[in-house]
Amino acid sequence: MSRLIHQPVSQLHDSLAAGDVTAEDATRACLERISATEPTLDALLTVDEDGALNAARELDASGYDPDKPLWGVPVVVKDVLCTKGLRTTCGSRFLENFVPPFDATAVAKLRQAGAVILGKANMDEFAMGSSTENSAYKTTANPWDTGRVPGGSSGGSGATVAAGQCFAALGTDTGGSIRLPASFCGTVGVKPTYGRVSRYGMVAFGSSLDQIGPLTRCVEDAARVLAAISGPDERDSTSAPNVQPIDPARCRRDDLKGVRIGLPKQYWGEGADDEVAETCRKAVDAARELGATTVELDLPLTDYAIATYYIVAMAEASSNLARFDGVRYGLRDEQARELTELYLRSRSSGFGDEVQRRILIGTYVLSSGYYDAYYRKAAQVRRLIRDNFRKAFERCDLIAGPTCPTTAFPIGGIQDPLKMYLMDIYTISCNLAGLPGMSLPAGLGSESGLPIGLQLQAPAFAEESMLAAAHALESALGRLPAPELG
Amino acid sequence: MKIDVHQVAKLARLELDEDKASLFAAQLGDVLEYMDKLGEVDTSGVEPLYSPSEHPAPMRPDEVRREFDRQDILANAPDTDDQFFIVPKVV
Repeated sequence: MSRLIHQPVSQLHDSLAAGDVTAEDATRACLERISATEPTLDALLTVDEDGALNAARELDASGYDPDKPLWGVPVVVKDVLCTKGLRTTCGSRFLENFVPPFDATAVAKLRQAGAVILGKANMDEFAMGSSTENSAYKTTANPWDTGRVPGGSSGGSGATVAAGQCFAALGTDTGGSIRLPASFCGTVGVKPTYGRVSRYGMVAFGSSLDQIGPLTRCVEDAARVLAAISGPDERDSTSAPNVQPIDPARCRRDDLKGVRIGLPKQYWGEGADDEVAETCRKAVDAARELGATTVELDLPLTDYAIATYYIVAMAEASSNLARFDGVRYGLRDEQARELTELYLRSRSSGFGDEVQRRILIGTYVLSSGYYDAYYRKAAQVRRLIRDNFRKAFERCDLIAGPTCPTTAFPIGGIQDPLKMYLMDIYTISCNLAGLPGMSLPAGLGSESGLPIGLQLQAPAFAEESMLAAAHALESALGRLPAPELG
Repeated sequence: MKIDVHQVAKLARLELDEDKASLFAAQLGDVLEYMDKLGEVDTSGVEPLYSPSEHPAPMRPDEVRREFDRQDILANAPDTDDQFFIVPKVV
């Protein structure tokens, strides 16, 4: 069974379809791997052993269903997504005992596709962070080096896939929170176009930026999971209607003939570490050998993207998190004698420092005296950033660059909040513009030996061509080995 | 940049002790100073973009639907009488 756990979904699925492996076998293999590795990794906040085994047995009893693309596939879901009857904490003490009465649409779609939900992945509190050190419960370790962070905020999702605890995981990406852990943990991570995947049942952080997407071992798996969770949803007014569904068969190709790859000078300048830039350059060379042409680009507002992003994200966060008041669910401070005191005390003891910091900044930039100077200004720059992408995509089909300026950094290695925010410099513009982006393992760093991700970005709703190009590139670059853990 | 962090905290319904208030005041000052660089971008005449959604928000019929039972909704509440949420007195 030990060989089973590092297989891609497609390979497992062939074994399940042939009856060589049962859904219960696959689930047990993952649960055993979780028992063996979780004491070191701390990737999961909740493991639903009984629920997963029951779901697997039910699948086995009713027999393999070819119409269910994830039949019998054990998956993990970031703890920001509501799971009916299963604790959903969002990495926060505030929701320590919250058991949702409903499934998020993306979770319901996973179940409809036949997936087995193993448990919930650790994350930065309310998805605020770039390292998973802001979880109220524990810090997840990177499977490649357990003294380092897995990236954030979907660090648990990245680590659990890389370590072979599950076959795929869902994460969420507000400013890079799927792509960054994918880069640090050596997995594929896809942030879909805004509106591609319903956000219903996801605890909102930055509503106009958040998207749910897969973290997987290979591009084909990402296409399969993304296809399963995508689609319009009447419960989410921002989910896009009338968009052609993802077809995994259209997400693969063997060469890159005719593909124009844009290389923005802002992504390829001095900002990235040498080994990151070198590994990503080699990946672009491989793309050229596959037939792609490259185009030099200028995205002049990239340097303003972080400031724009954090104003928008924190403003939206302060508004979204106003619902945490200790009244209807979540933590309540029992000492409060009247209602305002209840809000103050519950929020002050329930939220961690990073969340409080962001709520304060968000409140400040939305306050009447500063709204125009910050929030409105950021929304204007946001439009210019989106327009710049539109112009850039007239000259190219995809944009490529490093996912992150560095490889995984040591736990506790970055203390300054502003420095931490700068980790998202390459990923953030894509969220502001609502575009799809992904991180593909480009190789291991020549000095650190740690995974390095190449980021690909595409025009809105062009996920299929982005994934197809990534598929060709993945074949040329080769997949990373599994990390030597436990 | 100097921020009255207690005033902002009050608006945000947060309570900060003095140590935290001075730490946050310094950090928020740094972050806002960094954000001030947006002033360098000429945005005159640019319509703000608040959401990347291009489609109009779809409307559904204004009909009452029962999606959850009362017990489902009350199940996570810190205090109830099985009918309502209970909170401390307001006045």
